[in-house]
Amino acid sequence: MNWQGCFTLFSKEVRRFYSVILQTVGAPVVTALLYMVVFGQVLQGQEIQGVPASAFLVPGLMMMSIIQNSFANTSSSLTQSKINGNLVFLLMTPLSAFEIYLAYIGASLVRATLVACVLYLVTQLFVTVPIANPLLVATMLVFGGGTLAVMGLIAGILANKFDHLAAFQNFFIMPLSFLSGVFYSIHSLPEFWQKASHFNPFFYMIDGFRQGFFGVGDSDPLRSVAVAAAFFAFVSTICVVMLAKGYKIRG
Amino acid sequence: MTEPAISIQNVEKRYPSTHALKGVSFDIRPGEYFGLLGPNGAGKSTLISIIAGLAHATAGSVSVLGHDVRRDFRRSRRALGVVPQELVYDPFFPVREMLRIQAGYFGCCKDYWPWIDELLERLDLTDKAEVSMRALSGGMKRRVLIAQALVHKPQVVILDEPTAGVDVELRRTLWHFTRELNEAGHTIVLTTHYLEEAEELCDRIAILDRGRLSVLEDKRALLDRHPYRFLSLQLSGNGGALPASVERLIEDRHDDTLDLKLEQGKDFIADVMEQIRDAGYRIQDVRTREPSLENIFVELTDHSNDRDEGAA
Repeated sequence: MNWQGCFTLFSKEVRRFYSVILQTVGAPVVTALLYMVVFGQVLQGQEIQGVPASAFLVPGLMMMSIIQNSFANTSSSLTQSKINGNLVFLLMTPLSAFEIYLAYIGASLVRATLVACVLYLVTQLFVTVPIANPLLVATMLVFGGGTLAVMGLIAGILANKFDHLAAFQNFFIMPLSFLSGVFYSIHSLPEFWQKASHFNPFFYMIDGFRQGFFGVGDSDPLRSVAVAAAFFAFVSTICVVMLAKGYKIRG
Repeated sequence: MTEPAISIQNVEKRYPSTHALKGVSFDIRPGEYFGLLGPNGAGKSTLISIIAGLAHATAGSVSVLGHDVRRDFRRSRRALGVVPQELVYDPFFPVREMLRIQAGYFGCCKDYWPWIDELLERLDLTDKAEVSMRALSGGMKRRVLIAQALVHKPQVVILDEPTAGVDVELRRTLWHFTRELNEAGHTIVLTTHYLEEAEELCDRIAILDRGRLSVLEDKRALLDRHPYRFLSLQLSGNGGALPASVERLIEDRHDDTLDLKLEQGKDFIADVMEQIRDAGYRIQDVRTREPSLENIFVELTDHSNDRDEGAA
């Protein structure tokens, strides 16, 4: 294992997003706060699962930010390197597919954690959100953010231009994350959509994450962890195989 | 027996629309300055990509210092530094930081930082060390690419057209630098379109043509096997028509100068000059030139008559 090389890539990726931190951390926090202000106002006085609606929104918005930023970090970095041509400097090094995977996912999780923490701290100025089970919160952050970071890496491998990436993000990631209970409990949905939601892995990421804060949710937390972990393992396997074969990155 | 610096065995590369390499085999010896030449589309860049691990061969094998580029990729890549043809760079980091990052990928820690500073010094980049790559001129970017290929002190260095589009001064600097590397024991593989560059620098030369190895020889032997010599004559006087035996040797005619191509052992300079004098001309100046690599290259890769031959 080339730990030094892996750590170098990880720290390079962290420095890359840190050098444009307003764009990579500041902007998502502001966007999530705007959602909170608007939806918090609309849902004022209501309760969801016995929790004030404005507080209920916070973990959902955090997980949505984790999902979007994890995906954006890996996908934009890889696509930019591919389009610029400087990906060759990475591909010519003695880094294995797994080491490249590990470094990219690790850096993405750092960004996702940073966004989530800042968002949590800022929202505490408006609402109080307890943390009932910190371990569950951390686990779902790693599996949820990790899964999307891996999907971003896969999208980056497949994309030939930023337009492809935008399509992946707007037609796949955004709908799945919005329709998985960010702003609502799936018990408020018609029965068909409640059942359909159980086939959406993003639902388990958000529900499990929220249970870590409030201790209540739509699904068994262990089931959420198991589904999120299984989905993470599934996409990771695909990603590492693609990297090892050099699919679309080695001629 | 010493391991070849690079061993290429029956390498084939097929793309959906092209057969870029059609079974190429040759070895590059340790410590030599090797020229890899060929016209556009000959397969040079594909071959370099396969050696560097940027592409996978469809068949055959490649090893660097005995390490297979697929099975033992860590060792083969540690032994190899490649200067890519395109001016590609990471826009996020200044020069020194980028070089340190590149060294880090190879597992090279802080103990390599003095070597990076030395590279910056030798390539005249010290005052650009904290400058972003975006702000550098093309020539400076080219120097950084060379430094980037050397950060991990590779034994084998491939330079893919390093002097394309650079000014004369930088070209001289790069020549000098690569010669020093070679003298220090590094194996250098150079691809270039400037044939005088290959002639000046390389010990052995391979010419790839349409995916096949066309020639692999010592430079001197390659130049010697060209059976021609070039004669340039400046004439004066109002002579008449030249005899057919001289006309057939004329390559070019401009103002009062005739350029002739003489086959060694068959066309003798003294005979040609005598026939021209007999036609009523005075010979004002005589220049002769040995064939250059360019002449040989053109002869070996000229396919302008292939269709006619195929139809015959």
